[in-house]
Amino acid sequence: MLSRIAESLYWIGRYVERAEDTSRIVDVHLGLLLEDPWAPEDVVCASLLSAMGHEPTETGRRGEVLDALVWDTSTPASVVGAIAAARENARRTREVISTELWESINVTWHESQRPGRRAYPHPFLSWVRERTAAFNGVADGTLSRDEAFHFLVLGRSIERADMIARLAAARALAGTAGPSWVTLLQSCGAYQAFLRSARGAIDERRSAEFLLLDPLFPRSLMSALVVAERCLDDLAVRHGLDDRMAPRQAHRVLGMIRSELEFAPPAELLEDVYQVMERVQSACSVASDSIAQRYFPHGVVTSWMVS
Amino acid sequence: MPSMADLFDGYELGAAWDEMIARDGTARAPYRLLHESIQRSGAQELRAGVDALARAYLDQGVTFDVGGEERPFPLDIVPRVIDDESWQLIERGVRQRVATLEAFLADVYGNCRVVADGVVPRTVITTSKHFHRAAHGIEPPNGVRVHVSGIDLIRGEDGGFRVLEDNVRVPSGVSYVLANRAAMRQQWAEVLGRVRLRPVSHYPQRLLAALRAAAPAGVADPCVVVLTPGVYNSAYFEHAWLARAMGVELVEGRDLLCSGGVVRMRDTSGERRVDVIYRRVDDEYLDPVQFRADSTLGCPGLLIAARAGNVTVANAVGNGVADDKLIYTYLPDLVRYYLNEEPVLANVDTWRLEDPAALEEVLDRLPELVVKPVDGSGGQGLVMGPQADANELEALRNRLIADPRGWIAQPVVQLSTVPTLIGDTIAPRHVDLRPFAVNDGDDVWVLPGGLTRVALPQGSLVVNSSQGGGSKDTWVLAGERNPGSARAPERVTTVAHGPLPAIESAVDLEIRQQQQQQQQARSSLAGSVAPTASPRSSRDACLSLRLAPLGPRGGRRLFARALIALVVTPRRVITSAGRERSSRPWLRPVAWFQRTSSAASGRGADPRTAD
Repeated sequence: MLSRIAESLYWIGRYVERAEDTSRIVDVHLGLLLEDPWAPEDVVCASLLSAMGHEPTETGRRGEVLDALVWDTSTPASVVGAIAAARENARRTREVISTELWESINVTWHESQRPGRRAYPHPFLSWVRERTAAFNGVADGTLSRDEAFHFLVLGRSIERADMIARLAAARALAGTAGPSWVTLLQSCGAYQAFLRSARGAIDERRSAEFLLLDPLFPRSLMSALVVAERCLDDLAVRHGLDDRMAPRQAHRVLGMIRSELEFAPPAELLEDVYQVMERVQSACSVASDSIAQRYFPHGVVTSWMVS
Repeated sequence: MPSMADLFDGYELGAAWDEMIARDGTARAPYRLLHESIQRSGAQELRAGVDALARAYLDQGVTFDVGGEERPFPLDIVPRVIDDESWQLIERGVRQRVATLEAFLADVYGNCRVVADGVVPRTVITTSKHFHRAAHGIEPPNGVRVHVSGIDLIRGEDGGFRVLEDNVRVPSGVSYVLANRAAMRQQWAEVLGRVRLRPVSHYPQRLLAALRAAAPAGVADPCVVVLTPGVYNSAYFEHAWLARAMGVELVEGRDLLCSGGVVRMRDTSGERRVDVIYRRVDDEYLDPVQFRADSTLGCPGLLIAARAGNVTVANAVGNGVADDKLIYTYLPDLVRYYLNEEPVLANVDTWRLEDPAALEEVLDRLPELVVKPVDGSGGQGLVMGPQADANELEALRNRLIADPRGWIAQPVVQLSTVPTLIGDTIAPRHVDLRPFAVNDGDDVWVLPGGLTRVALPQGSLVVNSSQGGGSKDTWVLAGERNPGSARAPERVTTVAHGPLPAIESAVDLEIRQQQQQQQQARSSLAGSVAPTASPRSSRDACLSLRLAPLGPRGGRRLFARALIALVVTPRRVITSAGRERSSRPWLRPVAWFQRTSSAASGRGADPRTAD
């Protein structure tokens, strides 16, 4: 597979996941403002923005948060921007991905560009999640489990791990002033699964453990890291290399952070969630760079001399 | 419900030949069913169909770029129909045309017999903008330079088909032919249930087979790629679509690298060798070493690799000399010269302006003629005399006097019209036809139908999609469907559900129909090329030799025979034996061995590989 295509697939995975996660997070926080009359708007907005890596805005109003995180077309960090970026990458890989998959993302993009959408953020955000679920379902059902699929899933898992780590770090930093663990679980789409597994007993430790360490729930940090590692394994085998014998950097950093989460005593982990989450984030970014170096070489620039 | 009168009442026949409505106001035979169906549908239903089509094209990304904005490729809902007889004529004419262009190109980039024999003046060739000396002496492995061509045809006032221009560089539009058919199938399901169309869907496989056949000698499983200028090219949809349909990689110039006379592409597992490049990049941008040094779309060194015989570029570099519009005027002579046949399809009358008398006449009659630059494509630079104002004509006059080699003039031909949905009514609009031909070295195959382009503004004769043109699905009839003769489906009995309903699914029908027509086509091909053997190359025979379920001994024996024949039989005998394939089947692989080995040895001895 062409390096350029592989890179695009990796980023399609990341952008689609980013659109989905961001829309869920924004939706949950906006819902919070509506449901809880005592929630201070500026605090909720500021914590949301900081978790997503934005500078706090001047007034801290709902509309500004929406502009920055949902409607901003100039950056792939917003929902609409991420959809556009995913679609643009899909356009360059049309001949590799299935027609259904291309149409799924293309329709989503066309629809997300309609100006009428802005008036109703909530229906828009839940529609985005529907579309990304459809995208993932179509990918699952129509792509062979070849390199293309692995790069897509790799991007998705790394983005997911990064997103969970960001939210958990923000929560740890803000302490009780920040969003509750319930909000956090909801933001990651994990609340109902958690309720079932904890049988309704909500407390901070269990919530954190579930979101970060649960091996069964597909949107936990642990699952995301395990899937990412598996993709790297499959890719390495495909290229005739066994990462278990000589792990490359991407695999190593992800494996290290995964074992730390897996084997460190939970109490110790939860003691210092912020530090651990920082390490997860940096592992994700190192892994992303080293994947790019290994699989997407941008080529030595060939220079030609005319004599 | 609107009656027939509503739709066709205001339908005014002009001077042009109308494809659907005859002079007496009745529908012509090939259009009969379609005409009935349109009357039944009414304008509103058609309008809704058009909107649904545009929506579907946008969702599927069947678009072309206009100034950076993606628009759905405009498709009119009323198809254009070609009857069997006309199609056979077109097919024959296009094949003849392509064969001539191939022979001409081989000659131009070889010995130039055509100049020595005084058929075409040397200056006409050497002054062509697309004649590239860099292409001289590059021998394509299977002798094919025009792997894909689009021959633009028009139908004049008398209903006869004529060639308007040849496209042998990078003709585009074939993806829309297939996309249009897929989109139209639903709309006219009722009509399509009663007529039989020649299918278009196997184009990608034919193209891939032709590209594989063009691979450098000795490459058993060639790596074929499609080279695109990139996502911003207006035909990007087509490039991606072709790559997908053929199952090959779509590459950009930056994915390729050329060293040691070999082209490779950057892959996730390193570099992979490329054998055949179906390029959709113009000559000028293909290789910065030979052509425009500032091009970032191509791959430096590509031409050297092609010259060394390590990669095949399809279509070949320098083809543009053959579709130069001044060369076009010589095409009828070239048909007679190379093939010793009369042209099946005539040219449109054309003045060569280098002749002072012709120039004088054209300057006199400028307001009634159409004037075209010889190297333009997509309708660029074309001036329609009747629609130009005095200033434009004056400017044109000066340009013609300054550069007579750069222009040709033709009478304004009233292109034939086809009913087209405009707003809420049906009105006649002018169309042309671009059949696509694929040459695999053994045979020229013409895609049934091709792209019908339609000029949407009233009275306009310019059909190019970059200038407000749309397209139509093009149906080539293969006779009417006869419901009585269809084979009764076999009844499948299952225990749980009982017999399946005895209704033939559309898919079954289609597949069978395609197979039938392929067979039909094959037998007609066999008839025209060789009376006994199929026209497929002997390479296939070799493949079947390798795959045949012979015992190890049997296989070895055949192989040994083939080798012995190769060693002991002199060349002349082998070739003639190769022709008698049917009577002595074991000799079949010999011709192939002989061909590849002689090509390989020829290459080794070729002094050109030194550079």
